[in-house]
Amino acid sequence: MTTTTTAPVVHALAFMNGDEFRIPVFTLLKRDGTPYKHAKLPDLDEAKALRIYRAMLFTRVLDERMLAAQRQGRLSFYMQCTGEEATIIGSAAALDDEDMIMAQYREQGALAYRGFGVDEFMNQLFGNELDLGKGRQMPVHYGSKDLHYMTISSPLATQIPQATGYAYGQKMSGLGHCTLTVFGEGAASEGDFHAALNMASVHQVPVIFLCRNNGYAISTPAHEQFSADGIAPRAFGYRMKVVRVDGNDILAVYQATREARSWAVENNRPVLIEAMTYRLAAHSSSDDPSGYRSRKEEEAWRDKDPVLRMRLWLEKQGWWSEEDEKREQETRRREVLEAMKRAEKRPPPPLESLVADVYDQVPPLLAEQFDKLKAHVRKYPESYPKGARSLNADSQGSGGGEHA
Amino acid sequence: MPNMNMLQAINNALDIAMAADEKVICFGEDVGIFGGVFRATSHLQEKYGRARCFNTPLVEQGIIGFANGLAAQGSTPVAEIQFADYIFPAFDQIVNEAAKFRYRSGDLFNVGGLTIRTPYGGGISGGLYHSQSPEAYFAHTPGLKVVVPRNPHQAKGLLLGAIRDPNPVLFFEPKRLYRASTGEVPEGDYQLPLGQAEIVKEGNDLTLLAWGAQMEIAEKAADLAGKEGISCEIIDLRTIVPWDIDTVVESVLKTGRLIVTHEAPLTGGFAGEIAATIQERCFLYLESPIARVTGLDTPFPLTLEKEYMPDHLKIFEAIKQSMTF
Repeated sequence: MTTTTTAPVVHALAFMNGDEFRIPVFTLLKRDGTPYKHAKLPDLDEAKALRIYRAMLFTRVLDERMLAAQRQGRLSFYMQCTGEEATIIGSAAALDDEDMIMAQYREQGALAYRGFGVDEFMNQLFGNELDLGKGRQMPVHYGSKDLHYMTISSPLATQIPQATGYAYGQKMSGLGHCTLTVFGEGAASEGDFHAALNMASVHQVPVIFLCRNNGYAISTPAHEQFSADGIAPRAFGYRMKVVRVDGNDILAVYQATREARSWAVENNRPVLIEAMTYRLAAHSSSDDPSGYRSRKEEEAWRDKDPVLRMRLWLEKQGWWSEEDEKREQETRRREVLEAMKRAEKRPPPPLESLVADVYDQVPPLLAEQFDKLKAHVRKYPESYPKGARSLNADSQGSGGGEHA
Repeated sequence: MPNMNMLQAINNALDIAMAADEKVICFGEDVGIFGGVFRATSHLQEKYGRARCFNTPLVEQGIIGFANGLAAQGSTPVAEIQFADYIFPAFDQIVNEAAKFRYRSGDLFNVGGLTIRTPYGGGISGGLYHSQSPEAYFAHTPGLKVVVPRNPHQAKGLLLGAIRDPNPVLFFEPKRLYRASTGEVPEGDYQLPLGQAEIVKEGNDLTLLAWGAQMEIAEKAADLAGKEGISCEIIDLRTIVPWDIDTVVESVLKTGRLIVTHEAPLTGGFAGEIAATIQERCFLYLESPIARVTGLDTPFPLTLEKEYMPDHLKIFEAIKQSMTF
């Protein structure tokens, strides 16, 4: 075991600057979808490859449609995963489907891969009565217990130490599962990131830290976020295995995450992966990147489109065609639009959902506040159409027998 | 006088403070070339250089820890926390450090130059984490001043007052009003006093007390009450700590009734502190119990935000109830 107590002793003063820690980028596929000369591609069968690609395509379609819906005023807010699909879906695909994913907010591709339905996406985005999160959070704050996907929290980096704790519990359960936590290079500046890595290493936890280094934290470029060589070298400070991958090369991400997973689960140890990618989208629908980066820079990254790279590889495998692409795009667009129409029409969650889940049961003072609110909404139903609607439905359902 | 919205008034105040004193330094997430996600710091980097207006890494405890050190050294940091909902990683630096710096060192050191600006409040479909009003957490910490402006004119004068106050000040900006609230703002340098409430409208029957974005809601409720012949005296508290007890007491001695309203939840909200103090000082003059119209004791919701909010109708009902007690 290496500790400072066993360090060799020297008598000539020498500062180290860490330049020996230059970390290369692991990549397998060229932009045209052909492998590099000595690249050894992961063992990926057709069914799995197509499951991955369909999730990528769906995510692209969903993001395009929903940003358009936001622009039309149908949706309050949206965040796109565009440009980062390979990082997100490639890593999710390398896990066991029962491994936990604890993401930041831009990782809808992982949920799509796991099979979150188009209606489930839409119900969350529109915060209606079928939203699994009961209409309480802003759009894109998905969660699915069935799909082992922790509900998103807006505050940055909070999920990273939680992932360490979750994975420690998984180790204790002994079922061979691990946790993948995803975060941006900006979030890695938070204290929570450092606490998470240190504890994972000290307590020997099977957790994979996936940093999607997409170049920007809202407007702040990575070079104003840190002055070191990215996030990867930080692993050494915690004595943790690390790999840096081309985040736009899905086969590289898949391969790296797969090996990281095996190693983490077999040895009960954490791994850090830094995926080099680019946030082609704005930070969110409220953001306009033209104020802080150039079109030219964006175009250069558009040329490295991860979805196109995967498609070109699939075509070379003979697993995908122009026709498949057209059909899939059309089908998915139609599905998204139809689901959006359904979700928009659904009523909001019932008024009771306001006070449920604060605790396991509604405490007396809150129950009193809620009774008062109900009476108030009944008095001014036209001013609270959402709340009044469910109260009306309620009193009809119970034959008007409810006490105010 | 030029017309400004609240963001322009805040930007103008920062500009004036930086021009007047080279020790004033503005920083936070995205505040540099981008000018902040709400553009409150627009053009400051251009004008004063990267050394005095800059982006920080994304780390709130770092921002405030850095600001504390900078203030202790004698500079005047104006640190931005992008949303009040994200201030909590810095809670330790604010509550245990900024608030106690002077006291623990026997006034050898202080961080009186520190101002923390942060947008707060709901009504923007922001859900749990872009809507909170956390003023009461900080009001519970001696050593901090807490200020909340209601309009552009107030924002500029109070922010300049906060920056120049020799104590650490938390300046909560009502983000719902950033662009929605406009009005005439004096062009030059002026300060409004901290620790002083303002009677916005005189009245005889009932005192209505609020701050920040809740002021316009209170005024709307008072208009409804006015139509029913009830005359409300409306007070903007402006500074939560130290709060202007005398102005409120004087008003309540006149009206005999008090309603306090804020967006934050009822339990532990600052209205409770006000109610306790006022009943102590005005007990024999009260005609009805002091009422609180606040958010529910729940996290801030999204779809049912309207139902959650202490809006003008809820205040109006409370006014009528107080009058007929």
